[in-house]
This record gives sequence, C-alpha cells and structure tokens, in this order.
Amino acid sequence: MAEERRLMKGNEAIGEAAIRAGCDAYFGYPITPQNELTAYMASGMLERRRTFIQAESETAAMSMVFGASAGGGRAMTSSSSPGVSLKQEGISYACGADIPCVIVNVARSGPGLGGISPSQGDYFQATRGGGHGDYYHIVLAPKSVQEAADLTYGAFELADKWRMPVMVLADGLIGQMMEGVVLPLDKGESPRPKRPWAVGQASGRPNHVTSLCLDPPALEASVLARFERYERVAAEETRFEAVNLDKAELVFVAYGTASRICLGALQMAKAAGLELGLFRPVSLWPFPSAELSRLAAAGKRFLAVEMSMGQMVQDLRLAVSGAATGGRAATVDFYGRAGGVIPSEEEVLAYAKTLLQGKAGAA
Amino acid sequence: MEAIYKHPKSLVSVQTKYCPGCGHGVIHRLIAEAIDELGVQDRSVLMNPVGCSIWADLYFDFDSVQVPHGRTPAGATGVKRMLPGHLVVCYQGDGDLAAIGTAEIVHAANRGERFTTIFVNNAIYGMTGGQMAPTTLVGQKATTAPKGRDPQGAPEGAGMGYPVRVCEMLATLGGTKYLARGSVDTPANVRKTKQYIKKAFEAQLRGEGFTMVEILSPCPTNWQMGPAEALDWVTSAMIPYYRLGEIKNELQPAAEGGKE
Repeated sequence: MAEERRLMKGNEAIGEAAIRAGCDAYFGYPITPQNELTAYMASGMLERRRTFIQAESETAAMSMVFGASAGGGRAMTSSSSPGVSLKQEGISYACGADIPCVIVNVARSGPGLGGISPSQGDYFQATRGGGHGDYYHIVLAPKSVQEAADLTYGAFELADKWRMPVMVLADGLIGQMMEGVVLPLDKGESPRPKRPWAVGQASGRPNHVTSLCLDPPALEASVLARFERYERVAAEETRFEAVNLDKAELVFVAYGTASRICLGALQMAKAAGLELGLFRPVSLWPFPSAELSRLAAAGKRFLAVEMSMGQMVQDLRLAVSGAATGGRAATVDFYGRAGGVIPSEEEVLAYAKTLLQGKAGAA
Repeated sequence: MEAIYKHPKSLVSVQTKYCPGCGHGVIHRLIAEAIDELGVQDRSVLMNPVGCSIWADLYFDFDSVQVPHGRTPAGATGVKRMLPGHLVVCYQGDGDLAAIGTAEIVHAANRGERFTTIFVNNAIYGMTGGQMAPTTLVGQKATTAPKGRDPQGAPEGAGMGYPVRVCEMLATLGGTKYLARGSVDTPANVRKTKQYIKKAFEAQLRGEGFTMVEILSPCPTNWQMGPAEALDWVTSAMIPYYRLGEIKNELQPAAEGGKE
C-alpha cells in the first residue's frame, strides 16, 4: 500500500492515529490547547458510526472510558493539564481494575488554571500515578507530530497487551504545530483483541469489573501482582533515543519538545566544534534508568533540560545515584523554564557551555 | 404443582449484608424478578454504585461494572454504547445520584442514554453512618444535621437547602422517557414498584430513551427506628413529599399494552 503522507496539526494527527488504531469510543471535554483533537474525533468517529460523546466534565469522560473499555471497546479520552487533574479519579480506578485505555494530555502550564502555553510541568502527575493509591501506568512522550501519531497508535496495543491505561504526554507545542506525517495502517473494523474479563461476554458466569477489595491481604496480593507486571513492562517497553553519545562531553537529557530544543543546541555546538549528546526518554514510565546508569558509570556528565522547574531530573538523579566513576558521583545539572516559557536553542547551548567552562555550580 | 413463588434466578442465593429492615433486599429481588421474566440474565449488566449497595455485585448473578462514586451514569453510558443489546441497570443511592453524581445523572438523562436507573431514596447516607443526604427531609436529623435539616439560608439558618425531588427535576429534560416513583413501604406499593421497573426495562430493551425508577426505601439503622416504625415513616413522612406514581411517561403507546 502506498505511503500516505499528510501535513497535519499534532492534535489532528493524534486523532487520526487513534481512529486508525481502532478506537471504538472517544469521550472528551473542551480545553485549550487540545480542542482540535476533540473536534477531529467528533467528525472522524461519528462518520464511522463509532461512539463520540462530548462529556459533561473530565471526570465523567474518564468514567465513560472506563465503562466503554469494560464493555469491550477500545476507548480514549484527551485533555490538557487542568482537565487531566480531573481525570485522575477515573485513572486510579482504571489502574485498580486493570482497564486498558488511552489518555492523551496535550499539556499546558500550571499550577491551577496557569496558562495555555506548552509546559512539561505534568511529569510528576503523569509518571507517579497522579491519583490515589499504589499504581503506575505507561507514559509515552512524543517529540514530533509523526511520533505523536505513532505513539498514540501503539498506545492502544500496549494498553491491551498490559491491561493498563497508557498516557500520551504531549504538550501544546506538539498539539498545535503542523508537520508532515506518515499515517499508520487503518485497522478499520477488524476484530479487536479479546477481553475475556469484560462484561457482555455471555460466558456463563458473571464478570465483575471492579477495583473494590475490602480484604487487606487479598488487596495486597492484587497490588503485588500488578507490581510484578510493572517489572515486565519495564523490561519490555522502555524506550529512548540516543544521539551522539560516544563523543559527547556533556549529554542533554530531555523529552518531548525540550528534546527538540536540545537537538538544535547540539547541532549548533557541533558546527562550532563542540560535541554534545542527547538522551531522550520516549517512555517516561517506565523510565530508561538502566541505560542512564550505564552512561553515568561510563563517566558521562548530564544536563537535564525541561520546560518545568525540574521534574524528570529527579528520575535521572535516581537512575544515576548508584553509578560512580573514580569514586565520584555522576554529575547532573538542570536547566528549566517554567510558566509556559519555551527555552531557545541558544540559551540552552549557552548554559551547557557555561557548565563545561566550570562557571556554573554542579549539582 | 406450579411454583408461584421462588428465589429469582438472577439473584445469588446468599444472605445479604444489609441491616434488618433495609429496603435494598426487596428492591434487589424486584430487579431480579423483572430480569428473569424478561429472560435477559445473560445479557444484563449491573452498574454497581458506591454506598451500602456497593455489595450489589455480590447478590446479582450477572455481569457488573464498578466506577467511582457518582459516576455510575457516565460508566453506564460507556457500557451501553458498547453493548447496545444489553440491559444496563444503574443502581444508585441518593448520595451517589443526587449529590456527588448530579452532573452525571442530569447529562446522561438529557442525552437519552438507553439504560435504566434504579434510584434508591432513603433520605440518608447509609454506608458512611447517617449523614444528611440531598433527599433528607426538612427537620430530619442526621449526624451532619444534628438539629434536623434546616433549609433557611445562612446566616440566620444553617443553609442546608431543600430535599431534591429528582424525578421532577429530570422530567424537564428531553432525553427522559419514563420517570416513576415507587416505594417499598407496603405490599401494594412493592407490587406497583415492580411494574414500574419492568416497564422501564422493557422500554430500555426497545431503545426508547432514558428510564428511571425512584424507590422510597427505609433505613431503620440510620433513622434510628425499628423496621416497622421505619416503614411507617416512609408512608407518613416521605410519601407526602415525594409523590408516588409515573412522574413522566412518554413511552410508545405499544408499551402501555404490557401486562403485569
């Protein structure tokens, strides 16, 4: 089949990829900067006679996702930061009941209403199980429109494979910008993966889809089983991209939009004869800790760059905390901008140079 | 010999955890009988609530889904959209439906979602130990209304508002097709309530729109009454405020031919 390339906004590419992945039901509530996604799903889903509902709230939308998935459908919701806070209730329940589903956060700046500019301030919420209880779920961070489409498409498979919610953590920049995108194969109405645990199976015995368990030892056993599954997820689904690590005197660690800026800074540095590297986590949970630890043990020095006051950098520091070279702990520095300010390639490069000249304090 | 009274197939044969004199057991039975009579046990889904009846999935012998407190109609929306041929029964109490889940019930009803809500109104929070519900009557005592529900606005009064008549509120919405209020205070009202439930289920299976049966139900434990006294209180205090009957019936004429 001929490759299908289109010029699309990130929000639209996410929507098209979800539809092609066989999304049966979408539920959402309007919020900037992801409104094009909800509108795209309205036309795309209704055209195919699939379920689209503009929900009364983000909380309701997430429980609709829960219900649709429990009823056997591939279900999705999307929002932006304040709306994703509201969805945390349902995400916790979905994790507790092992409900596969896809949640897209086209993140904006906070806290509170904050602003509508791109931000990476939702990293903690996304990767730490933003709701109540002991849980995690897969979090994938795209750096481009193409990757936003690819990760969304794959998120539906991962959700079914591991029976857990998968979050695509983009930001307003990825959602709003236009790029060329090669769209994945349309699965159409082909059969979805079997869900023998779902309701409506008419298997002869009732299926109860619930997170409730009032017996502490039994609840502990189910949490332990889930955490064993998390270890398998970490072993099989950890993803990252590495650029120019061998020669690099300093390695940027950044994801999503911040990683594009670092890549630009890296190229500017190279033109000036300075070798920098980039390590880009694609899966934020599971976090590529083992790779980073190996790099630290090999003597690499890191500069985390985020559009936040420093959230992913904590995972980086944890990852390299055990790695020491010549009796010295790995050096991790941080550069971030908050409030929806997008750092420029120049300022990131300038900060990296200052570090290498030993003028900025090392952490 | 023909058995004229037996344990419903759709109800598991176990003793419930409900308190003596609680209305949930009777209401569970009515639902199970209606499902048996319609022959849809293998294609029924219970939307389990939060509240005392969180136990319902132990008792109904068919599939169930448990979503967060109050989100029951949102969860039911998702289930029913994926399983349009199934009978989806949303079981909700007054806290679940008329407080924390007000937005969800209003909008599911307004969309005309084709499931049936069984709304159990006992004018109190049971599971958490007798707090004021949206449906608590004026003057009725609760742990959070120690001197009785005081509707007068603050600062003169406690500003607790008025008991919410849910059927009447939802009746204004275009998506609602059948809204009835029954009670389990007397055998006659129990029988009438079952007719409402069955009518609502039949309407759902025909795909007519949103259907709900509100059921006034005793809570002797949290009303601090004996079981018999609690039934009398439903009759004497609740029914005068919460009018019984079909509050709204816009079902197709064919539905009216159904016999009990």
